[in-house]
Amino acid sequence: MDDPRVRMNPAARGAVAGLALLAAGVAASYALPDRLFALGQVVAWLVAAAGLTVLVGLSGQLSLGQAGFMATGAYAAALTQNALYAAGFTVAPPAGTSGRFAAAAGPTAAGWTLPVALLAGVAAAAAVGALLGLAAVRMRGAYLAGATLVFGLIVTPVTVLVDALGGEQGLRVHVPRAPDPVGSAVGEGRFRVWVALVGAALVLAILTAVVRGRWGRDLRAARDDEAAAALVGIPVARVRLGAFVASAATAGLGGGLYVYLTGTALPGYFGLTTSLFLLVAVVIGGAGRLVGAVGGTLFVVAVPIVTTEVMSAVDASPALQARLAGNAPLALLGLCLVLVTLATPGGWSARLGRGPRRVRIGWGRADQGRSGRLDLGRPRAGRRGDRGRGGTGARPPIPDVRE
Amino acid sequence: MRRPIRAAALVTAAALVVACSPTDQPSPEPYVPPRGVTETEIRLGTHQPLTGPASSYSRVALAMKAYFDHVNAHGGVHGRQIVFLIKDDGYNPANTQTVVRELVEQDEVFAIVGGLGTPTHSAVLDYLKEEQVPDLFVASGAGSWNQPARYPGTFGFQTDYTTEGKIVGHYLAEESAGETVCAFHQDDDFGREFVAGVEAGLGAPVALRQSYIPTNTNVAPQVQALQSAGCTVVVLATLPSFTAQVLRTADQLSFRPHFVASTAGSDYATVGAILGVDKALLEGLISTGYLPIATNPDDPWIALFQQILDEYGDGGEVDNNVVVGMSIAYLTVQALQRAGREITVDGLIAAIEEGGFRGPGLVPFAFSPTSHAGYSGGRMSKVTNGKQDYFGPAYVTDAGSAPVTEYTEPAAVPPPDGIPTP
Repeated sequence: MDDPRVRMNPAARGAVAGLALLAAGVAASYALPDRLFALGQVVAWLVAAAGLTVLVGLSGQLSLGQAGFMATGAYAAALTQNALYAAGFTVAPPAGTSGRFAAAAGPTAAGWTLPVALLAGVAAAAAVGALLGLAAVRMRGAYLAGATLVFGLIVTPVTVLVDALGGEQGLRVHVPRAPDPVGSAVGEGRFRVWVALVGAALVLAILTAVVRGRWGRDLRAARDDEAAAALVGIPVARVRLGAFVASAATAGLGGGLYVYLTGTALPGYFGLTTSLFLLVAVVIGGAGRLVGAVGGTLFVVAVPIVTTEVMSAVDASPALQARLAGNAPLALLGLCLVLVTLATPGGWSARLGRGPRRVRIGWGRADQGRSGRLDLGRPRAGRRGDRGRGGTGARPPIPDVRE
Repeated sequence: MRRPIRAAALVTAAALVVACSPTDQPSPEPYVPPRGVTETEIRLGTHQPLTGPASSYSRVALAMKAYFDHVNAHGGVHGRQIVFLIKDDGYNPANTQTVVRELVEQDEVFAIVGGLGTPTHSAVLDYLKEEQVPDLFVASGAGSWNQPARYPGTFGFQTDYTTEGKIVGHYLAEESAGETVCAFHQDDDFGREFVAGVEAGLGAPVALRQSYIPTNTNVAPQVQALQSAGCTVVVLATLPSFTAQVLRTADQLSFRPHFVASTAGSDYATVGAILGVDKALLEGLISTGYLPIATNPDDPWIALFQQILDEYGDGGEVDNNVVVGMSIAYLTVQALQRAGREITVDGLIAAIEEGGFRGPGLVPFAFSPTSHAGYSGGRMSKVTNGKQDYFGPAYVTDAGSAPVTEYTEPAAVPPPDGIPTP
C-alpha cells in the first residue's frame, strides 16, 4: 500500500495524474506528428480502458462488452452533434482553406456543441449501463461475462439495422473544427488529440481520486469478501452497480471522443474485437491499476502498428504480403500477450512495486467454496495469485463468517 | 508659339519615359510544389480491399501499379516518376479511416486515386476535403463523388449506379413487359442508388426489394422471399461474392428468374472463379459495362493491357478488374499531363473539369465545372455459352431526369506505346 511517509489526498493525486497524462500526451503529439491518429485512438481507448480496469480489477466484475458502451456513447454523441448542427448552432469555418476548397467550406459547428454532445454520449452510455447493470450485478463470473458479451454483440447489428444510425455506412458527423488561431498554429489533427487528452485527463483524475477514497475502498471490500462487506454496512449491490455505470460512462466518453477524432460514427469501430482489445489492455497493464490501463492501451494499439510496419519492410511477394498484412500483427499481439502474462502475472504495473502484487479478476475465491454465488463451480486452488492470500498483507483482517 | 510646342514636347517625353520604364508588376510567384510533389516524383495513394469480403477486387490495385510502372519506364509524367502506394482496408470503413490518414499524414501523398468501395470511401470524403487532398476517380459508382460544390476535390470514375440503373430499367422496360421485376441489393448507397435508377428507367417501382450486408453471407432468407413473391426478373446490386451466393442459393431452391446484375458484381471471370464448379449458373446473366470486356482479345485496349500486365504485373490474364485498374491509371496520367509540370491542387481540379478525355471507355466522361461524375452511360452485356459480350448500342444518360439516349461515336484507339499524348 502507500508509503505512510508520503501521503497525498485523493483529489491532489487525481489532479497530478490528469496533468501528467495531459503533459505526456501533448509531448507525444509533437514527438510523433505523423501518428496523430493513432495517438488519438490510444486516448479514446484509454478512457474506456480506465473505466474497465476499475470495473474488472477493483470491483471484480468481468465485462466483455465495453465496446458496446463505446458504441452507445459514440452514436448518441454523433446524433446530438448532428442535431445541434442542423438546429443552426454554427460558426463560420476557420480560415486556412484556399482555392477551390474555400468555396466548399460550409459553416462549422460551434465549439460548445462538442462538450454537449460528449455529455449526451456519456449520459446515454450510463443509462444503458444502469439498465444492464441492474441485471449484471446479480451475476458472477462466467455468467456476467456472457451477459456483457451478448450486449456487446447486439450493439453492432442494431446500429446497422436502424436507418437513423446510418446502417453499414455509418454517420457523417459535423464536429466543430479547431478555432483560429489555435487551429492553424497547431493543426486540426493535433488539436483534436489535445481535446481528447483533456477528456481523458479529466476521467483519469476523477477515477484516481475516487478509487483512493471511500468508494474505492467499498469496491475492493465488496470484491474481496461480499458477505463481510455487507456485514460492515457496505451496500454491495449498489456499489457494484455504481462501478458498472461508471465504467459504462467512461466507455461512452471514449466512444464520443472517437467520433470527434474521425468525424464519423461507424458500426465497425466498436465490435467484439475492440472489447477484447480493451480487456487485453487492462490485463496486460494490471487489472485495477489506472496507470496500467494507460500502458496496456498503448501496448495494444502500438503493437499492431509496429508489426504492420515490420511486415511491409519484409521483402515478400505481393500475394504473401497481402496474406500477412491482416494476420501477422494479430498473431504477434497474441504472442506478446502470452509472453507478458507469463512474465508479469499481475500485469506490468504490478512490477512498479506499489499496490497489490497479484490482482485477481474476482472469478471466485478459493477460500469461499460455499459462497453460494455462481462461479465456475470448482474450488479454485493453484491458480496464479492464489498462493497464500495473494494480496499485500495490509488489508484489515476480515472475520471468517463461516466459523 | 514656343510654349505650346515645349509643353507638348515635355508631355510626349514624359509619356515616353513612363511607357518605357519597367512597370511595377509583381514578379511571377515561384512555383511551390504541393505536398507529395517533388522535382523527381509525384506520390499517389489508394485504399483497396486486398483482403476481406471484397478481395475479389484486389487485382484492381495491381493493375493500377502495373500501368504506372509502365509509364515510369517511359519517363514518367513531366519528368516525374509516379510513386504509387497501395494500402489494404479489407473493405472495412473503419480501416479506411486509418490507412487514408496514414497515406496523407505519414506518406504525404499528393492525391488519392481510385479509392475503392462505396461504404469505405464515404468514410474519408470529409477528411480528404478538410486536408485539401485531390480525391480522383473513385472506384465506385455511388453518386456521392459527384458533388462539386461540397467536395471540390473528389471526382468519380465509374458510371454511377443511378445512371447504370436507368439504363438497366430502360432495357427492362423495352424487353421485359409483363415480368415481375424485383431487386436484391447491398444495404448502402451502392445498392439503394442502383435500384432507384432501375425504378426511374422502368418508370415503376420494383415489386419487392431485399437487401444484404457484406458481413453476413447467408442470403437464403432473402432469396426465399424473392421466390415466394413470384419474381421473374431479379436485379442485383451485389459484390461478386454475393452475386455468386445468390446464384447458388437460387439454384438450390430451384428459383430461376432472369438475373440482371450491376457491373460491380457481374464480371464473368471474377464471379466464375468464386462459383468454381457452378460456373454454369452464370449463363444468361445480363449486365452493363462501359469499358472493353476482358475476354475480347481483338480489342486493341485489351491487347495493350495484357502486354503491360505481362511485363509489370503478375503475369496473369487480363480480367475486368485489370481493365478498370488500368483505365483509372490511364485517366490519371491524362489528368496529370494536362495539369502541367507546375502542378497544383487547384490546377489539377481545373484540368479535369475541362473534360474531353478519350480512352478505353465506350461512353464519354461527364466531367465539367458543374459535374464531377465519371463515365456517363454503358452498354448491355450478356453471358452466352460461357462468354460475356456486349449487345446493342451504347447509351448515355445522367443520374437526374435526362432520358436514356443512344451514343454512336466509335471508341478511341490506344496510343502506340500505351501512354496518352498530352
